[in-house]
Amino acid sequence: MTIDFIQARQDLESTDRALEDKTSTASDAIARVADGSHVAVGGCLYSRTPMALLFELLRQDRRDLVLSRCLTCYEGELFLASGATRHITTSWMGFGAPWGSSKIMRQLVESGEAVLEEWSHLGIGMRYRAAAMGVPFLPMLSMLGSDLVDHTDIRQIDCPFTGERLALVPALFPDVAIIHVHRADIYGNAQIDGYRHMDTDVACAARTVIVSAEEIVEPEQIQREPDRTVIPHFAVDAVVEAPMGAYPHECYGLYDADFEHFASYADRVRHHGLEGARAYIAENITAMPTFAEFLDQVPPDALERHRRSAYELVRS
Amino acid sequence: MTWTPQELIAISASRFLADRKVVFAGVGMPLVAAVLAKTLHAPHLTIVLEGGIIGPDIVPGQLPISTNEMRGARSPMMLTDITDVFLYAQRGFFDYGFLGTAQIDQYGNINTSRIGDPDNPDVRLPGTGGANDIISACREVFVVTTHEVRRFVGRVDYVTSPGHLKGGTSRREAGLLSKGPTRVVTDLGLMTFDRGSKRMVLAALQPGVQAQEVHDNTGFELLTPRPPAQLPNPTSRELEVVRRLDPDGTFL
Repeated sequence: MTIDFIQARQDLESTDRALEDKTSTASDAIARVADGSHVAVGGCLYSRTPMALLFELLRQDRRDLVLSRCLTCYEGELFLASGATRHITTSWMGFGAPWGSSKIMRQLVESGEAVLEEWSHLGIGMRYRAAAMGVPFLPMLSMLGSDLVDHTDIRQIDCPFTGERLALVPALFPDVAIIHVHRADIYGNAQIDGYRHMDTDVACAARTVIVSAEEIVEPEQIQREPDRTVIPHFAVDAVVEAPMGAYPHECYGLYDADFEHFASYADRVRHHGLEGARAYIAENITAMPTFAEFLDQVPPDALERHRRSAYELVRS
Repeated sequence: MTWTPQELIAISASRFLADRKVVFAGVGMPLVAAVLAKTLHAPHLTIVLEGGIIGPDIVPGQLPISTNEMRGARSPMMLTDITDVFLYAQRGFFDYGFLGTAQIDQYGNINTSRIGDPDNPDVRLPGTGGANDIISACREVFVVTTHEVRRFVGRVDYVTSPGHLKGGTSRREAGLLSKGPTRVVTDLGLMTFDRGSKRMVLAALQPGVQAQEVHDNTGFELLTPRPPAQLPNPTSRELEVVRRLDPDGTFL
């Protein structure tokens, strides 16, 4: 593994980080993602997944991507099933208890067609954080003694100060980060309500950062509550307005996850395997010009139910 | 009074969580047990979920399916980054880690990654998630699982989350600072670890279970330096609370 921390800094210095209007369509923003890119996906499992941008990435049919994410949900299956990626770096991949493990991951990884590169949850977090700090590695005290060290590029050293054994994890500088937030201004100053997952580190770690926001607000609104801004504009390259942009996953305080949507997808995969996932992609992504048309297929009362559920969960 | 094996495990395990402590709990049975403890005898127990959630109220019948969702984040004391929650654990703030497992061996090593040859596994499981970090960093760790030969193996196929590794002082020599697993609670009994060898010890039996039944369902020799103690029956109050928490049996 090469850790290109100097190159990553030079790349950052060579791009314009000016305070300017960065609003974009999903299509134009995702056009920046080249084949073969390492794409870090924001959110965690079925929370604040940047689904509008990921659907656009699938629509544009990139190849040879590497995906990384702290916990990976069904979006990972879609990228495996479409052939967009054969390599996912994560700490866990599945749906959640009621749906069991990922059948598509199992099929492709057990047959050797795909790679599931497994780090501990904190291990992934420290890799993003090292990159966000601009350093080539960070020491930590997990993964020591486990077999994860045999299948990842963890190094173990004796601490030069204390002599204690430490695990070193290499910085992960994604080519692109794709992150969904609650609100942002046109410059990319982004606010997240509730848990932030790993998104603040992911944003600073990546070379190119594409943010989708539930709403694009006036800069004055951001400035009225600046303590809620968790990603600064100079870390962001494109801002896409995407209401319900994490659906069918949840967005803290705004809408709950649509578990029925998961269940119906999981059912298709259970009965039809890879073809079930591909049919889902064909119907919900390829056939739709944009994410808005996909959302139009969802009964309005269902969306309203998910919004009300989130309101009650956060307010009560 | 009757109970399911899963109810029995959750109830037995909950009794080991003391009041005023901090527990880093996985979803499913560990979280049910933590909420049970908080409801019955540990009102000041702080529950932490790896989704960056500290001190949530868990509402009966609305348990979170994952550690990163709003059902796990009601009226919390703090919402923060996932990495930072794990770093609180690494700093040493968390008294207990609380985990389930697919496979566990005589030294308390946990496998949730690969069944079969590690380089060419027959089954690829979902992976560690935060389990490796929890068992590495929390002061001590309780493991809950049903007691089956296929789960209790002499040596796990793959050490996803380090218990006492090869026994003796090997855990400390690997650089791990915390105690690691101290209790394994199953539907057949309570297991602890021998102080010197770190091999698993049969410490107590669940109600109505004979020691031989535990040995028959364990794929290695369980040490029995002393006759195992007897765990008490679940109380009607404990069963009532568990059933209110998980009325549909989704998590147990």
